[in-house]
Amino acid sequence: MEIFNSLATVSFYGVLVGILAVAILTVTTRNLFHAAIFLAFTLLGVAVVYFFLQAEFLAGVQILIYVGAIMTLVIFAIMLTSKIGDPNVPQSNRQRYPALILILAFAVFLISTILKTSWNTTETLQTTDAIRLGKALMGEFVFPFEVVSLVLLIALIGAIVVARSDQ
Amino acid sequence: MNAVDSLFFIRSEIFLAAVIFVVLILDFFIQQKRWLGWLSVLSILIAFFLSPSFYPDSGLFFNYYTLDPFGFFFKTIAYLTIGLTLLASLAYEKIPQKQAGEFYVLLLTMALLLTFMGGATNLLMIFLTIESVSLTSYLLTGFQKFDKRSSEASLKYVLFGAVSSAVMLFGMSLLFGASGTIELSQIGELLKSSASIPQNVLTQTGGANTHGMILMGMLFLMAGIGFKISMVPFHMWAPDVYQGAPTPVTAFLTVAPKALGVAVMARVLFFAFPDLVHKWAFLMTWISIATMTIGNVIAISQSDIKRLLAYSSIAQAGYILAGLATPGELGLQATLIYIAAYLLTNLGAFFTVIAIERNLESNELEAYNGLSVRNPLLALVLTIFLLSLAGIPPLAGFIGKIYIFSSAIKAHSIPLALSIALNSAVAAYYYFNVVKAMYLAPPKVKEPLTNPFPIKLAIGTMLFGTFLIGLWPSLIIQAVVKSLANFPIF
Repeated sequence: MEIFNSLATVSFYGVLVGILAVAILTVTTRNLFHAAIFLAFTLLGVAVVYFFLQAEFLAGVQILIYVGAIMTLVIFAIMLTSKIGDPNVPQSNRQRYPALILILAFAVFLISTILKTSWNTTETLQTTDAIRLGKALMGEFVFPFEVVSLVLLIALIGAIVVARSDQ
Repeated sequence: MNAVDSLFFIRSEIFLAAVIFVVLILDFFIQQKRWLGWLSVLSILIAFFLSPSFYPDSGLFFNYYTLDPFGFFFKTIAYLTIGLTLLASLAYEKIPQKQAGEFYVLLLTMALLLTFMGGATNLLMIFLTIESVSLTSYLLTGFQKFDKRSSEASLKYVLFGAVSSAVMLFGMSLLFGASGTIELSQIGELLKSSASIPQNVLTQTGGANTHGMILMGMLFLMAGIGFKISMVPFHMWAPDVYQGAPTPVTAFLTVAPKALGVAVMARVLFFAFPDLVHKWAFLMTWISIATMTIGNVIAISQSDIKRLLAYSSIAQAGYILAGLATPGELGLQATLIYIAAYLLTNLGAFFTVIAIERNLESNELEAYNGLSVRNPLLALVLTIFLLSLAGIPPLAGFIGKIYIFSSAIKAHSIPLALSIALNSAVAAYYYFNVVKAMYLAPPKVKEPLTNPFPIKLAIGTMLFGTFLIGLWPSLIIQAVVKSLANFPIF
């Protein structure tokens, strides 16, 4: 049993490192189409993290929405826009090095704070199934739920207004 | 309070939601879109008078929507801004007629979302409402989609907004991780208790050493909200967006989201971080000084009136934040009074710009030469609004400035008081530049300017309000004192 546990820990960290690697590739690769593919892998990796933390529902939703729907949309957008897929379009500007230094300094600061904090962790995992999730959405969370539905409607109307070609 | 009992208290919001659908459906049948506009204005008025006359004891919908006097004050601000923007856009021909119906629907939804934003007291609702208000703002900014500048402004706004939302969400996740709750007041209590309980007890129960993390979360959260209220150094999007958006939308964007952003900021700071008051008050002091100075200094060199007012509105955000930089009763009162005065004055100035723009087809300062000859009344009105923005008595802006200034003095914040005084002088210079062009420069053409009724009504209302607050300040002061009655001021 011991060996399974340590195997799980190792593979968990492996996934995290993998996510970081493809995320960096996403922002550094020159070809936008490749960047989109790497982004899909990043999002898939996040779904795997959710599986590890036993949030299966969230993991399923992550794959369905991000990897399935949104990435398809992104790739379509890239393929339909004429010049954007050109690898010669620069991916960065002159401010990259100052920005990098600032971000690194900030990362050091943030990581040291995270390590210093004693996080409020529990040993027993809270399991959430779809039924309880649904009940909570219609019970305690009904107000945010309804607000979101209103926003979705508005986004739909807005998208039609923006996309319609007539004057 | 559970969902069914809560319904009574949100009847004005339910009414507005119903009107949104009615307008959407009527849009199919009605060819004269301005009737839809009038219907929207009327329904905002009705919805406002439908608001319940008393407040519930606890948060509505399981504490996801808080209806208190503070929220009601900002609801009034939101309704007033939306109603008058609707009126002004009735006279603005550059919104494509075919899409006017959708334009009114978006503005009505905005009223609803802004109300919810003013009543948000937990992280989930804060994120949700800020995000949805931003989403609607992007759409409104890009509404003249055949105008390149409008599309560019919209895209810029989306990109900046997305980054700021991500930053804010990251801060929220840190706060949630450190405190284990999304309720603002519970974060505040946790901070308070972790200060009083000895460290060794805390280490056993968890929750120790969370101080640094909570501070970090607070900074991220403030940066995210700061983007929305164009606070320096997160103001870069503002001038381009304000210049590119259709003018009625610009008028709206410079007032309502900013005011509601300040409301959320006040709730976050006073509910969740009362124990960190010295840290954030210090931070706010310098942010406020930077915001007003940078806004005013760049405004001097602008030659486009919309851009000039955009930078001026950044500077005005600095004055509003000065009230939060001097935490306490007077500081909060100053913030609210300044917001009310700023609403009337800034909307009025932008509506006058609309009235002039639809005649001149230009927003260049040069086009304003000799306006006093072509339409003396309009020139006088714009002068009054600019004087009020500069803080000249007996106008509304003066009352706001007095309060901000005295709260800075009372908090012994000398740099802040000094900066307010100096900035007022700088601002007066570029406001008077516009006045000079209108009165002293000779006009190129002499044909007079004419305007339809709705825009006249909107400008008239603002003018009335500016004088009303300026001459009878006790009206607004009493309203503000009442709306802060239940607000926890340490």
